[in-house]
Amino acid sequence: MKTLINWFDHRTGFRSLTKEVLLENIPGGSRWRYVWGSTLTFALFVQFITGLFLWMGYSASSGDAWESVNYIQNEMTGGWLLRGIHHWMAQAMPILLLLHLMQVLVDGAYKAPREVNFWFGVILLKLVLALSLTGYLLPWDQKGYWATKVATNLANLVPFIGPEIQKLVVGGTEYGHHTLTRFFALHAGVLPALIVLLVIGHIYLFRRHGITPAEPIKKKDAFFWPDQVFKDAVACLAVMATVLFFVIWYHGAHLSSPADPSEPFSAARPDWYFLYLFQFLKLPAFAGDKEVWGAIYIPSMFVGLICLMPFIGKWKVGHFFNVGVMFAFLGGAGALTYLAKHEDVAGPNSAIYLKALLDNERDARRAIELARHEGIESTALNLLKTDPKTQGPKLFAQHCASCHRYDGHDGLAHSLPDAKSLDELKQRTSSLNRFASSNSVHPDWSARFKDSNDWQTVEAIIAANREGTFEVIAGNQFKEAPSAPDLKGFASRQWIMDLLRPEIYISKRFFGGTIHKDGDMYRRFLNRKVTKYDEEEKEMLKLVALALSAEAKLPLQADLDKADAELIQQGVDHLIDDISCINCHTFQEPDPDVEGPDLTGYGSRQWIIEFVKNPEHEKFYPESNDRMPSFGKKNILTEKEIGLIADWIRDDYYKAPNSPITH
Amino acid sequence: MDNNEDINPDSSAVPEQDSVVEAISNIDSDIVQEVSDENATSPVACRLSEVETSTESEEDFGERRGFVKFLCIVIGGIVSAVPFGAGIWAYLNPLTREKEGSGDGFVKITTLDAIPADGTPTKFSVISDKEDAWNKFKNISVGAIYLRKEDGKVKALHTVCPHLGCFIDYRSIKNDFFCPCHNSNFKLDGSIVSGVSPRPMDPLKIEIRNKVEVWVKFQNFQPGHDHPIPLS
Ligand code: HEM
Ligand code: FES
Repeated sequence: MKTLINWFDHRTGFRSLTKEVLLENIPGGSRWRYVWGSTLTFALFVQFITGLFLWMGYSASSGDAWESVNYIQNEMTGGWLLRGIHHWMAQAMPILLLLHLMQVLVDGAYKAPREVNFWFGVILLKLVLALSLTGYLLPWDQKGYWATKVATNLANLVPFIGPEIQKLVVGGTEYGHHTLTRFFALHAGVLPALIVLLVIGHIYLFRRHGITPAEPIKKKDAFFWPDQVFKDAVACLAVMATVLFFVIWYHGAHLSSPADPSEPFSAARPDWYFLYLFQFLKLPAFAGDKEVWGAIYIPSMFVGLICLMPFIGKWKVGHFFNVGVMFAFLGGAGALTYLAKHEDVAGPNSAIYLKALLDNERDARRAIELARHEGIESTALNLLKTDPKTQGPKLFAQHCASCHRYDGHDGLAHSLPDAKSLDELKQRTSSLNRFASSNSVHPDWSARFKDSNDWQTVEAIIAANREGTFEVIAGNQFKEAPSAPDLKGFASRQWIMDLLRPEIYISKRFFGGTIHKDGDMYRRFLNRKVTKYDEEEKEMLKLVALALSAEAKLPLQADLDKADAELIQQGVDHLIDDISCINCHTFQEPDPDVEGPDLTGYGSRQWIIEFVKNPEHEKFYPESNDRMPSFGKKNILTEKEIGLIADWIRDDYYKAPNSPITH
Repeated sequence: MDNNEDINPDSSAVPEQDSVVEAISNIDSDIVQEVSDENATSPVACRLSEVETSTESEEDFGERRGFVKFLCIVIGGIVSAVPFGAGIWAYLNPLTREKEGSGDGFVKITTLDAIPADGTPTKFSVISDKEDAWNKFKNISVGAIYLRKEDGKVKALHTVCPHLGCFIDYRSIKNDFFCPCHNSNFKLDGSIVSGVSPRPMDPLKIEIRNKVEVWVKFQNFQPGHDHPIPLS
């Protein structure tokens, strides 16, 4: 071994180089406080390696970026680990940068003759932040898309050339392929190259001047190797272990749903280390045309001040001033970060913010699920756009929920885990809980006693102070009570049996809010006859319900309908003869004289689509339609959109086996 | 330096140093001497040599430092290996990714009438579904084949050259197959006339379904072998 090393040394002189590197003198001996520079170098190294490997799976185009990152994260063996390390190490870097900067300032290591090196450091800090900013967009998910959009729009504020700068950064006026290609070239090419150059310069200058020992020096000098190296290595190990902890905890890194210019994401925020700037801009002082002060002038002046610190620090007072300024900055930034977070989870718009997070999570999981099951023929976004489970409730909330409900809400609510007691509900509603926990509840959301139908605001439930088990949903509250039937489970056996019970028929959940509560169905059939049914007739009515429900051919009921074929046939007979629904309804054979809606294929996809297109069609309510718009005839909704709603109401869409989603 | 005291092992706990560690420790002591006499004029070196002489006098100190160096190398190795490990794991993904087989592998190509009766080979695109990493394309061309009637029976040959995968041409003037890359020449039945191809053109299984539909089991094969081995 020794001969080999000697041989190699003769050709390369690596020994003297190693000596140079390893045997740097550290006055006062090795110290833990000197480790931050090394951990940063290490973090950069990790980012370069993992970034390079990510590059091998990443595709920088607006139709492929999310798709390829999803593939890395969810399909590639080890991809989650790779992406996770890159993501979480990027999260660690701002902290390490800060620790490094503070150590340099507090120990006075920035003063003459080290001004230039200090500036190198400041530039490096900016470059690393630029890497984080550009990296945030690369997955092309809702989070990165909307947050980065805000950041690039700020470029607009630059005096004189703002709009041009923005155009150049974005690669046009709109976000698209070129935004990604440009951001990616910056992220993986330009910025890393600059960083390597500056790091070399930084370390060279550092070695030239030597380390600035932290006063007072109590111990003997020592070499860099092995004592300081050992401390550095342990620190790197700690950093890596922390990063790996988060990587494993989150199984990689979060990927929100595919970027969608037509879908707002109210919870888009910059990464946490930019939150203070984000909050700073929200200060009333920067409203209107004064925004440029908060976005550009003041931050630039502050960076300018930092660059002047080596000169200010020449005086003892100056040094204290510098350190004071930095701590004041830290305090301020910390406070602003807290405020930003607090406003999000407990401010006036917190219900919207917290729900937006849940909405996005739902879409993200769905996109991942569909990508896996169906494969992506065009884009992942397109999968979501043609998915009844995703679009149905959105369309329902927009067009139907002003009168109808879906399980008491507008279709978009999220069921949260039940609260087993009032105390649990209270505790989950606390703002402390909302800061951190994923099962937190906002007071504006809704809850109901288990086995009741009516939602109340969580606030009202808590105020009423009655013990119980509660179902909880994250959902919008309504100004008005429902005035048309609740369509959850529409045409299912239960739904039709409920419909045929007089007291439920005229409740708000069914037709109580419509003119039909005074119609023949109630007055002449349910109220006059059904209320007086004997046991045998009640049994027949039940079979009628089965038969009518079978008309819908609901996928969820397919097995039941098949098993009960005989009963269903009996039900059909009763429907025609004994119970005589056909006195008022068409069934199977067209009958122009009856007034009630056609029961043939009731609740089937086709039936729903035709009904929604035109409820006033003679098959349905030619005379007695109550307010429902003719969505198709008036071109409010396309047939495709109506189909999405129908499929969603009928629960007719792909369901992932043991999907983590619970609704 | 007292921060290191807690890891001071008793001598039995010192692991056996591997040769690299030894070598590095040796370098170290070589260098220390060189530093102290070469740079004796610089103040830094003066301080260094003081340190060294004073520390070396402590009895078991050398051994402890050896252990510290060993730890440095172990820890450094571990933390540097992590990003490489994750990267290489993901990079090796293609080796473990299973190709999704759809059905029996037969693809409908054309109908009997579209193939010339006189035995002239005709090229047909293979239109099928294709999985390409995160994309799944429906009905796109995934390759091409030659179909030819021989005594009324249909024969299929792959268009990909068994040598190194170029596209084999049909030359109507000479009525033969020709690979332009390294001049391999095949007869109409696919057998080799001349050139470097290690095997005849690859035949593909054919089925006639519903009386007139020509279905082919479309596969790609590894290049370079003397018999066809399907790519999987
Ligand atoms: C200090 C250095 C770097 C930092 C701070 C950094 C930061 C980031 C961040 C924050 C993301 C978004 C990750 C996510 O949450 O999904 C990202 C993504 C990415 N980075 Fe870097 N990066 C660095 C260096 C590099 C280098 C050197 C390369 C390539 C040579 C690279 C390639 C990528 C790629 C391909 C992605 C997209 C994949 C993904 O989003 O998971 N990065 N980077
Ligand atoms: S590839 Fe056909 S001869 Fe070489």
